[in-house]
Amino acid sequence: MNADLVVDVQGLNKHFGPRHVVKDFSLQVRRGEIFGFLGPNGSGKTTSIRMLCGLLTPDSGSGTCLGHDVIRETASIKREVGYMTQRFSLWEDLTIRENLDFVARMYGMRQRRAVVDRAIDALGLGSRRDQLAGSLSGGWKQRVALASCMLHEPKLLLLDEPTAGVDPKARRDFWEEIHALAATGISVLVSTHYMDEAERCHRLAYIAYGALLTSGTVDEVVAQQGLSTWTVTGSGLPQLQEQLESLDGVADVTQFGNALHVSGVDAAALERDTAPLRANGAQRWERSEPTLEDVFIHLMRDTKDNFQ
Amino acid sequence: MNARRFSWTRWVSIVIKEFIQLKRDRLTFGMIVGIPVIQVLLFGFAINSDPKSLPTALVSLDNGRYTRTIVSALANTGYFRFVREATSMEEADLLIERGQVQFVVTIPAGFERALVRGDRPQLLIEADATDPSATGNALAAVNQALATALAHDLQGVTADLASAPPTVDVRIQRRFNPEGITAFNIVPGLLGVILTMTMVLMTGLAMTRERERGTFENLLATPALPVEVMTGKIVPYILIGLIQVTLALLAARYIFSVPIEGSLLLLYGVVLVFIAANLTLGITFSSIARNQLQAMQMTFFFFLPSILLSGFMFPFRGMPEWAQVIGSVLPLTHFLVLVRGILLKGTSLHELYSSIWPIFAFMGAILLLGLRFYRKTLD
Ligand SMILES: Nc1ncnc2c1ncn2[C@@H]1O[C@H](COP(=O)(O)OP(=O)(O)O)[C@@H](O)[C@H]1O
Ligand SMILES: [Mg+2]
Repeated sequence: MNADLVVDVQGLNKHFGPRHVVKDFSLQVRRGEIFGFLGPNGSGKTTSIRMLCGLLTPDSGSGTCLGHDVIRETASIKREVGYMTQRFSLWEDLTIRENLDFVARMYGMRQRRAVVDRAIDALGLGSRRDQLAGSLSGGWKQRVALASCMLHEPKLLLLDEPTAGVDPKARRDFWEEIHALAATGISVLVSTHYMDEAERCHRLAYIAYGALLTSGTVDEVVAQQGLSTWTVTGSGLPQLQEQLESLDGVADVTQFGNALHVSGVDAAALERDTAPLRANGAQRWERSEPTLEDVFIHLMRDTKDNFQ
Repeated sequence: MNARRFSWTRWVSIVIKEFIQLKRDRLTFGMIVGIPVIQVLLFGFAINSDPKSLPTALVSLDNGRYTRTIVSALANTGYFRFVREATSMEEADLLIERGQVQFVVTIPAGFERALVRGDRPQLLIEADATDPSATGNALAAVNQALATALAHDLQGVTADLASAPPTVDVRIQRRFNPEGITAFNIVPGLLGVILTMTMVLMTGLAMTRERERGTFENLLATPALPVEVMTGKIVPYILIGLIQVTLALLAARYIFSVPIEGSLLLLYGVVLVFIAANLTLGITFSSIARNQLQAMQMTFFFFLPSILLSGFMFPFRGMPEWAQVIGSVLPLTHFLVLVRGILLKGTSLHELYSSIWPIFAFMGAILLLGLRFYRKTLD
């Protein structure tokens, strides 16, 4: 076993009733790394994260989290992991201070008061410490929730869609904080829907319909799919999109603002099949590097075909 | 590694958290005070019924033939079922105090001789009148039954006496509630009903509320142990139960003048045991139910038989056998015997064991069930 892996699990499975929600899930996260966890809604991200921190028992599989067995040593895992739930899970009828104080007590923190005061000051919430948590705005709730799961100085943070529904400025601040934490040696596993966030991760994994489809650095993930992409700008894009979708060599056509991204798995076939449309000169065609988003859209469409 | 050891720090913080949340929950707070007062006022009225086959003890100090006549005459009314023969009045007293019999019929020494001589001897019937609706009809039937039976038996030997009724002087002694006031019976019973309803419901909601709001996941992610969470959540409700009992007792005492014959300390002790049993049930419901609605439904599923079959609504001995069997499992049934005993009869601790252990047995069984169902994970 590699001592540098904070998460190292193999073949985790989880069923809810007849539904196989997570299939043969394997994941390695290295120390000090920010690991992005992507996938459409309902693909099993939350379920996988819960299995890592002992909130759900896998039906089968094995592995460790911070060196503790994910099935037998959940109590030890809970002490060393900071888990931020997808849904706000602090007590809305307690004040910010009471919430943080309660969590600190649960972890048996020494110098609890000092720790809580420091956390509140760091949040810049000194004047609002006695406000009920339920009355905070979305962005503030996220920050308080992050502060609460950081109180006991965990070595690994599991953040489940921490920035969903948060405005862009708050999102940027949030990621700066996460990078600062990672710089101090804390490892972070974060699930997200946002591509810009995915690109800020050291490595990432993509999961759909319960199966892990790909993982690696952004560049590796992009390269693995071997997509070729053209970017098309100009007029008449909606009609062009329809025409392109019927072509064999074209795998995905996606609109990004004023441009279409046209991708295919086989570069030669893509070039050959789109040649007539490129020749008519109504739009500007340029070869481009496939983006992470192109890759994910491709992956999602592929798996949908395989699973439905 | 002491990760799995019970921590008092954590337990105390869970208790504190529950208190703070309770303090901010105005509606629940209103219920705590409102329910006991309103119910005591509403229920202070009579509900009647006509139970039969009431257990009766016989103290026969004269073993003449007329003793048999009297026993069979009373039994033939359908109201009296002779289950015990006591050798002394003291022994019979104990039976009625423990609630093991409803009546004691005492035939004094020299009864037969006095009867034949036409001296109109006394026949003493003591009734446990705690629940007046249980004894009223039985006592009303006594005189007629005796007169008919004795008239028949006395024919021949003392025919002239038989024609001049009444031949015996029936003395009825209503004990524990001499004036037969229904409120005396209902109001102490309400203590149990109020506790059953609020304790089971409030704890039933306690855990499901966390689950519905998503905060349970947070709690589970901390090192808190199931036993810390379960018991920590119970504590505030014990206090609430005691407040409710005090309010109901004050209302009973000062509005309905219900007597408090026994020891208050003993009463509160019994109340604590009963509260514990109900909280255990509530927290178990809470572990089994998936949401607050289900917890509420389970509570009512339990609450209805508790009201109907415990002897609160109808006299316990008036119910069919199967209903009595169900009723005797319910803690409320035994609590009613205990509370009525302590308040109205002044019963002391050692006379109450037979009603306390079934409550403990209930609590133990439910606790096992609850720990079996407590989900340590979100599965
Ligand atoms: N406790 C549960 N009971 C039954 N089904 C569940 C439960 N939790 C999640 N699921 C189902 O499992 C699937 C995966 O859910 P989830 O892990 O939350 O996906 P994601 O976080 O990627 O959106 C969903 O279809 C969801 O409905
Ligand atoms: Mg999720």
